[in-house]
Amino acid sequence: MDDPNDATLPQDGRAAKRILDAEGLRRALTRIAHEILERHGGTDDLVLVGMRRRGVPIARRLADLIGRFEGTAVDVGELDVTMYRDDLEMRGTRPSIQPSSLPRDLTDARVVLVDDVLYTGRTVRAALDALMSFGRASQVQLAVVVDRGHRELPIRADYVGKNLPTSRDENVEVRLIEVDGTDEVILIARPPARTA
Amino acid sequence: MRRKDVLDLDDFAPDEIREVLETTVAMKEVLARPIKRVPPLRGKTIVNCFYEASTRTRVSFELAAKNLSADVVNISSTGSSVEKGETLVDTTRTLQALGADMVVMRHGASGAPYVVARELSACVINGGDGWHAHPTQALLDLFTVQSRLGRLEGRRIAIVGDVLHSRVARSAAWGFATMGASVVLCAPPTLLPAGFDRAVLTGLRAKGLPTVVAGTPSVELTHHLDAALHDADVVMALRVQRERMDSGLLPSLREYARAYGLTRDRVAKARFGAVVMHPGPMNEGVEIAPDVAYGGQSAVEEQVANGVAVRMAVMYLLAGGRGGAAV
Repeated sequence: MDDPNDATLPQDGRAAKRILDAEGLRRALTRIAHEILERHGGTDDLVLVGMRRRGVPIARRLADLIGRFEGTAVDVGELDVTMYRDDLEMRGTRPSIQPSSLPRDLTDARVVLVDDVLYTGRTVRAALDALMSFGRASQVQLAVVVDRGHRELPIRADYVGKNLPTSRDENVEVRLIEVDGTDEVILIARPPARTA
Repeated sequence: MRRKDVLDLDDFAPDEIREVLETTVAMKEVLARPIKRVPPLRGKTIVNCFYEASTRTRVSFELAAKNLSADVVNISSTGSSVEKGETLVDTTRTLQALGADMVVMRHGASGAPYVVARELSACVINGGDGWHAHPTQALLDLFTVQSRLGRLEGRRIAIVGDVLHSRVARSAAWGFATMGASVVLCAPPTLLPAGFDRAVLTGLRAKGLPTVVAGTPSVELTHHLDAALHDADVVMALRVQRERMDSGLLPSLREYARAYGLTRDRVAKARFGAVVMHPGPMNEGVEIAPDVAYGGQSAVEEQVANGVAVRMAVMYLLAGGRGGAAV
């Protein structure tokens, strides 16, 4: 199953390694769902907020899992943090933006922000800023599939699927059925031009 | 968007317009939040130069800029050095020296924002110039129709009123035709801009866009109201200005209202459920009857509300264009 010559790995000569397969990803999310429940002691006022783009399907999956364990529906929101990014000036043209959609006013909600990869922490900083426009949450936590280190801001995750020491030359891709047609986490030696 | 200025829609590609409309959806969501302020233009200075009376457009631009966290300075012709005889180019150089990042200009002279855009390295948005163009009004009209009808392509848009003096009609014609809708401009013969239809068709051809929609030209002129209303998905009334009476172009407002005013009976000749629009301010009982203006088919209030979101989208996208290699 962990065959690095699999067709979904880059075919352009970049060295790549599968960190999690579909089953590994499922187990990691199941554990995170249990941890969220355990620490929150239930689903009251719990809102899972996925950061676009891959955070959104991950948040949905976590909500499904928690819902199944507890027999209740869990609120899920979608957050687009583009306008809050601190690197807008460095880009040539403005990146496209999507509407955010929060299921409720976040005042007094217990929010778990969900993203695929935690890297510099700058996207999470932007997300925290964005969340404040939707009300004063009583608590905000962070869940990520992969923490790859190299933080540039004082930010940490509360729930981590996989801690993965990386170098800055490497790139981590979390691929999801909903977006990419496959479930896996890949470490690629030299990243493409875009940043994670 | 890789451009420095938004002066008219005649040089917009369909993809650029689509980008503005998609961004507007996200901006509408921002306007629905408990806190309607987002930070992408933080630290930018936007100067609103309104050399002509305006309420909704000026307030709309100002709110849009403030919602994007820009610093806003308003200049009007009264109470500024314009009264001392300062020329447009002088004013422009002053704005540049003061560090304006973006200038919104409303001016009575057609082409004024083009002069300013040429002189300034800052972005320039045309907030309406003379009889020429009003691109952000056209974009909000496009957005309003798209929200109501789902798509723009293949739609029939009737624009009725004083087309000759209307920058709204001209920019709307460019915008709708660029997006694959057909536009019929309808006015009394004295108020039709002869040759405008051919100019747009030539422009569309130059952009490689179709000039025929469902068997009719992308832009047509007519003085027959019934022909204009036939099959129309959208009916837009234009303001008739009282000063036109003095110039002899119209005999009287009452005669205009009788021949071209949008009444419920006339709107019924358009497609069932056609969207009724007006750029404002309305002369109720002249170009549009009150029951049409405030009826269920009217999108007039939506137009105003969408104006802020559209202008936020234009400002957001434009602020990124200057860093692009194409500028």
